Amino acid sequence: MVETGHFALVLAFALSLVQTLVPMFGARMNNQKMMAVGSPVAVTGFALTALSFAALAIAYATSDFSVANVWDNSHSLQPLIYKITGTWGNHEGSMLLWVLILTFFGALVAAFGSNLPAALRANVLAVQGAIGATFFLFILATSNPFARLNPAPIEGRDLNPILQDLGLAIHPPLLYLGYVGFSICFSFSVAALIEGRIDASWARWVRPWTLVAWMFLTGGIAMGSYWAYYELGWGGFWFWDPVENASFMPWLAGTALLHSAIVMEKRSALKIWTLLLAILTFSLSLLGTFLVRSGVLTSVHAFATDPTRGVFILCILTLFIGGSLALFAFRASRLTAGGLFHPISREGALVLNNLFLTTATATVLIGTLYPLAVEAVSADKISVGAPFFNLTFGPLMVPLLAVVPFGPLLAWKRGDIFAVAQRLMAAFAAALLAVLVTALFIDGASVFAALGVGLAFWLICGALTDIAVKSGFGTVAPGVMLRRFAGLPRSVFGTALAHLGLGLTTLGIVGTLCFGTEKILSMHAGETVQLSGHTLRFEGLYPAQGPNYSEDRGRFALLGADGSTTAVITSAKRSYPIRQMTTTESGIKTIGFSQLYLSLGDEGTDGSVVVRLWWKPLVTLIWGGGLVMMAGAAMSLMDRRLRVGAPSRRRKSTGAVPSASLP
Amino acid sequence: MTRKQKRLSVIAGGLAFLGAATGLTFYALGQKASYFYMPADLTNASLQPGQRIRLGGLVEKGTIERGQGATVAFSVTDNQKQVKVTYIGILPDLFREEQGVITEGTFRPDGVFVADSVLAKHDENYMPKEVAESLKSKGVWQESKSD
Repeated sequence: MVETGHFALVLAFALSLVQTLVPMFGARMNNQKMMAVGSPVAVTGFALTALSFAALAIAYATSDFSVANVWDNSHSLQPLIYKITGTWGNHEGSMLLWVLILTFFGALVAAFGSNLPAALRANVLAVQGAIGATFFLFILATSNPFARLNPAPIEGRDLNPILQDLGLAIHPPLLYLGYVGFSICFSFSVAALIEGRIDASWARWVRPWTLVAWMFLTGGIAMGSYWAYYELGWGGFWFWDPVENASFMPWLAGTALLHSAIVMEKRSALKIWTLLLAILTFSLSLLGTFLVRSGVLTSVHAFATDPTRGVFILCILTLFIGGSLALFAFRASRLTAGGLFHPISREGALVLNNLFLTTATATVLIGTLYPLAVEAVSADKISVGAPFFNLTFGPLMVPLLAVVPFGPLLAWKRGDIFAVAQRLMAAFAAALLAVLVTALFIDGASVFAALGVGLAFWLICGALTDIAVKSGFGTVAPGVMLRRFAGLPRSVFGTALAHLGLGLTTLGIVGTLCFGTEKILSMHAGETVQLSGHTLRFEGLYPAQGPNYSEDRGRFALLGADGSTTAVITSAKRSYPIRQMTTTESGIKTIGFSQLYLSLGDEGTDGSVVVRLWWKPLVTLIWGGGLVMMAGAAMSLMDRRLRVGAPSRRRKSTGAVPSASLP
Repeated sequence: MTRKQKRLSVIAGGLAFLGAATGLTFYALGQKASYFYMPADLTNASLQPGQRIRLGGLVEKGTIERGQGATVAFSVTDNQKQVKVTYIGILPDLFREEQGVITEGTFRPDGVFVADSVLAKHDENYMPKEVAESLKSKGVWQESKSD
């Protein structure tokens, strides 16, 4: 089975070369037969990659330690779920997942792109094939997951204990679906440049792909953030770690792309810019892959460091980013610029959005690469952390968030800012009320905290206002309003939901950062501690045994007003004998949207234990907002006008509610 | 305003925005980037009082002392010089004697380094990358035991 997997991978590599060359020459020579080769080859390539991935997954599930990769990252005592997720919990396997998703998207274009012009589809598949070919070669040449060991060891070396968590089952696949999903937008852009033609229908094809990729990337980042939050035991949800930034940069650029593609689709303006953004977004995904996989950074994500891999990915990076930008430089002048608009208009607002988001992307990029650049040219080693990003990213985001509610209410072409401001009066009043309530009634609220809460409410109420205004709230009879509400395009709900999610995330961040409390103390069994109105009693340490670890569980009782136990929170120190590693399992109790978070430290000589406790108000909204944003993207995908080029199951779901667009 | 003037003012506004963002970025890089030092580097380094740095090295054997509550003191060494570090909080799971560590914080006037974060992120050789490279460049690197 293992050799079958290896062989399938080699075949998939060969097919990706066919997928690159034949359709591209076909499009060049206008040969229908050659262009038609692309689709079946793309689907077959995906099937072969899936077979290869399945072979590795089976080797993991059955603990076949004759495979070096399995031996290095698995153990027979691990629960089955971690055996399977261990497939991508290492460098080789995660690269295989990367190409699996890449070929999956290629197959989707092949399967659902029958309404694309033949030449465009051929070129898109060719570019997609070229990306695939380089990464297949990378895996086969430097990161073969199927290498055998002879003689086969009896027992494996265990998966990194930090990765033995359900988060590994969700975070990487979601993140890769997002990261790699942007490859389609990239392929469409390069195909448009090769053809020298771009029009509004191009944007209509690209936008659903952008939405899909963005939706998954949002989920992947939110999930990664929550995972780091509960797994590392530091209580933080974002560390501005270079690996986090690597996924955040494509998200920022992708968000900009999502918005500029609307302008291009509706008004045929910003064509060249949208195309460039699509190229940049995937380039940032590739850069992220390089940063995480090359070993230039040390982190949980950099599984092993091998310089040849870094150089190889750097070559891929140069080839695709350099190649596409050079093509852009040569061909962009051929594309015609379109639609003029007044600065104060929907287009103008979306341009402003793009200006802020791309600048923010650039600051994150500089902050991430600067230490590497300094280290390359001098002996100095520096680190750029949260203080830098708070000072640069923060000031860029606050004004952007402040103008978000205006955008969707402005008219296309020429908007009336005063009329919009009038409509937003209620939202503004609600935000102002939130500021006053926070400042007056919550102890220890700073001016910044109050303004932050106000900003979050402004976003949330702004999003609701958008829906209310568009369904005619207060201007038409309730019956008419309900009908209008039901008849609003799905994309309007999508926009409002995404902006609402943004507001919720903002509220969560402000709540946690400004109103959170923290205590570090050493406790004996039976002692109690007070934190923000909650009383906790330390019950003591209890040893326990897991399948492949032993642990000391610290039990804490959350006491009610009458002194009775209302909940038990457990935090543990786990020790994994095979890797000789200790991990901390944090204890979390969710109360409303807030959480009580505690993590266990070292044992003292007198039997006491160091305990760190946090009260994190509204913290779950940070990730809940992400889920709402994802729902917004899903809602937008169901919009009727995106049916072109979108997979047919979406076609069905919109078909089921035809009344949505009737009135 | 004519159409041309309007367009020019929009472009000027955009450029002013980008200029401000660039200026802020470089100001922040100058102010907020923290430099990495090993104990022996500190003699040549000109540190401002209160300047945040990252201090890396090995946790010297036998120097870990637990004080009141969650206070911990230990020495960081590069096998040439030592620096005493104090920290209040929970040490990372990977914190061990004679293994690599990176602490971040400021020096107290009496020369003790007050860390507000202690990192023991490492690769498979139980060594943060910066620490390993610096030890190698100083020639005091010993190949860690193979496991």
